[in-house]
Parts: sequence; structure tokens; C-alpha cells
Amino acid sequence: MPLYTPKRSPHRPEGFDGKALIGPHRDLLHDINRRGVLRGAVSLGALTLLSGCDISNEPHLQSVLRAISGWNDRVQAWLQNPNKLAPTYTDADVARPPRFNAFYTIDQVKPVDAASWKLELAGQIADKAPWTKDALYALPSETQITRHICVEGWDYIGKWSGVPLRPFLERIGADLKARYVGFRCFDGYYGSIDMATALHPQTILATHYDGQPVENPYGFPIRLKTPLKLGFKQPKWITSMEVTNVYPGGYWEDGGYNWFSGV
Amino acid sequence: MTETVTVHPLFVRLTHWINAVAIIIMIGSGWHIFNNVPLIDGFHFPRWAVLGGDPELTYKLNKDTGFGNALLWHFAAMWVFFINGTAALIYGFATGRLRRNWLPIRPRDVAHDFREALRFHLAHDDPRIYNAVQKLSYVGVVLAALLVFASGLAIWKPVQFSWLTALFYDFQGARLAHFIGMSLIVLFLLVHVSLALLVPKTLVAMTKGSVRIATPDRPSMQPGE
Repeated sequence: MPLYTPKRSPHRPEGFDGKALIGPHRDLLHDINRRGVLRGAVSLGALTLLSGCDISNEPHLQSVLRAISGWNDRVQAWLQNPNKLAPTYTDADVARPPRFNAFYTIDQVKPVDAASWKLELAGQIADKAPWTKDALYALPSETQITRHICVEGWDYIGKWSGVPLRPFLERIGADLKARYVGFRCFDGYYGSIDMATALHPQTILATHYDGQPVENPYGFPIRLKTPLKLGFKQPKWITSMEVTNVYPGGYWEDGGYNWFSGV
Repeated sequence: MTETVTVHPLFVRLTHWINAVAIIIMIGSGWHIFNNVPLIDGFHFPRWAVLGGDPELTYKLNKDTGFGNALLWHFAAMWVFFINGTAALIYGFATGRLRRNWLPIRPRDVAHDFREALRFHLAHDDPRIYNAVQKLSYVGVVLAALLVFASGLAIWKPVQFSWLTALFYDFQGARLAHFIGMSLIVLFLLVHVSLALLVPKTLVAMTKGSVRIATPDRPSMQPGE
């Protein structure tokens, strides 16, 4: 019996099963029995001072921690003022080039072929015709100089230009009442944001950095840019976009990072 | 002659130990988060001291070596720290306990008691009465807790609460303040736990609530003797 049965967050997938995450390591985890939770919770020293007793991956504890993360999603959605604009900065503050970051190193970046690249559309969108790079780059563009903040704690100020997401969603006939906008990327990365953030005026499909087209290590030909989210919420090398009510998750979120991750 | 006296009411003991758990979880997970991209170049907290799960197992489950787990811990314990800390402060102010037990703090007394403490001359016969150094450190650690709370909020919501982040100069300023607040709390913890172990009666008082002490009319009760 679980120690605590959490109320399901609207941002968590249906049928989420903590045990399913464990997969082939079930036996290993089984050794860390429930008494271990109590022992760990009571004995503070064991909790942090002896990594051998670290109970972080105990399945019941994981379900509690992830339920609290779901609660944090709701609190953050409530805290986010849709009219609040992120602070903007000047040209002199801009880092050149932007900082590279991915789940692999810069020498492993796979080049995207501009000619064959398309933005595929899926889900609750009326006009799902794919977009070529040239068609997207020809749309009206906006520029912002905003702070990029990584979940790890580093930050830089970047100058991003691109297609504001809201008018683009309107243009393709997306259901603006849907809950999520999900993205899939050329490198296998994937992610999703809430509709409120997707409709925020500072959320853009970035095509340019500091006046130049976004180059390959930084997400060619388009990446999501929104100063309202941590960096990992802004996928690069986007190849498809989906509007949906089914929680799409994310590459890091599925490993426990907080889904909303608004700043 | 001895008598049994109540030192800490149940509510104080409860919030004290809940706070201890929350703070230790926040420090352990915070050190793991720090290690991912250290604020201070070349400085890492040792692996055994950080919270986030066995690196190999966690990597198989989560695609990282415990950073995600550390974030989960940190953002769960923050609610315990916030709710429990707020309740404890409201109780302390409303009952007048904080004012009564912690104030006044006179610099002269702090200097005197500090010298006495270094010579192991301080009396600890009655755990209901705090010396001036003790009072100062309790007020200080509450201020450090308020600093980690405010700087933590500034790191968590630098756009929604951009005014708060600006109070710390910028995002990295808030990070530095958060680190300094943590360091002060760790410093307090080292001293606090060592002294509690040196004077075990205080541990009994914070757990059972009451202790047996010598009746106060004995001359050996005079402080500093």
C-alpha cells in the first residue's frame, strides 16, 4: 500500500504509474523496503550523510515527490501573471555567441538540412500543412533582448528574433483553449509548455540571434524562445509542433524535472 | 534537590524537528544542485554529502545522476520549510516566547558570555535560560532563514518577482545570497549540534519537553561560576 496516494495533477499523464518507471531495476529497488523510508526519515544522518542510505529512488517516495511537483505546477500557473513582461536589456548586454546546451556535447550536434527541413503540425490545429524554412522566415518577426536562465543556475542575456507564437497559432487555426503546446526536435529531444505561456507576447519561434539566422549548434532553423521558462523548456531544432489536451511530457520532465518550470 | 521543569511546549518541539528535517533535505539537495554548475569555480560538495540518489541507478531511471531528484527534494522540502517556519514564527511572536527567551541581547553580555564560553565556564544548569551568545545565534539563524527564503524566491521566480530579484542586484546576485544564507545556516548547525551533544540535557528538553534540574536556591546556580 502506498504511504500516500496523491491527487493527480492536470499536467501529469493519465495512467502514470511510478512502478512502470522502475522497469528492470525493480529487484534492486525492492531491497530498499518501506522500513528503509522510515529509517531514512527518522535518521537524519542516514538521509544525507551516507549516500548508501539515500532513498531518493524509492518508488513510494518518488510518487510523493512527483505529486508535490504536480502541485508546484499548479502554484506556478496561478502565480504567472499573463500581462507581466520579462525584463529586457540593451545590445551592450548581449552574449555573443549564445551559450550552447543540449543533452550531448557540441561536437555531437547533427546538422539539419535546410532544403528538406519542414515544420510539421499536429493535434488540435485546423490547417496542418507543414511549413518550410523560407515560409516561416518570411513571417512578421519580433526582437527581444531577454535573460536566458538554466535550471542549473547559469544565465546569459540573448537577443532573439522570430515569429511570435500567438499570431502563428491563430494563423494555423490552433485550438487556443487546449492545454499544451508540444514540440519534437531533430535530435530526439521533446518538450511541452502550457497554453498561457504559448500565448504570452514574449514567446516566439526564434529564427535569428543577434540579427543573424540561428546557427546549427544553437537550434537551426527554429527554436522556442520564451523568457518565462527555464532553458530546458525551450526546445531547439524543432521539427514538429502539436496542440493537445494530452500531457506530452518532456525529455527531462519525464526524469523528474518540474514540468511547468516558469521563472 | 531537583525539580522537573517544562522547557519547550509540544508545538515548539514539533516545529523544531520538522524544521530540522526540512533544512537538512534542503541543504543536501541544494548542494547537489550547486554541484551541477558550481557558483564557485572548482569547488564541489562531496558526493557522500549530497542528496539525489545513487548516481548509477538514478542515471538508468532518469537520464541524469541525481540532479532531477535533488530538484524534486528541494522543491518539496521548501513547502515544509515555508509552512512549518511560518507557523513556528507566528507561534513564537503570538505567545511572546521569542521576545521573552531571545531578547534583549546586549553587546556587553555577548562579549562577556563569549569569553566565558571559550573557557567552558558558562552555566547550563537551567535549559530554560539562554546565554547572550545563544540568543544572538538564534536570532541570527532566523535572519539567515529569511535570507534563504527571499533569495530562493528570487531564484525561483526572477520574472514574476523581478523586483525581488533586483533587490539582490540580479539573478546571480540572488544565487550568491542564497549560498551565503545556506552557509550561515550550516555554520549555525555545526555549532548548534555540537553544543547540544556537549550538553545532552538540551536534547532531552527539545525531545521530551521537560528535564530535571537542581532547585534554584543552590549557590552553584550562579552563572559563570
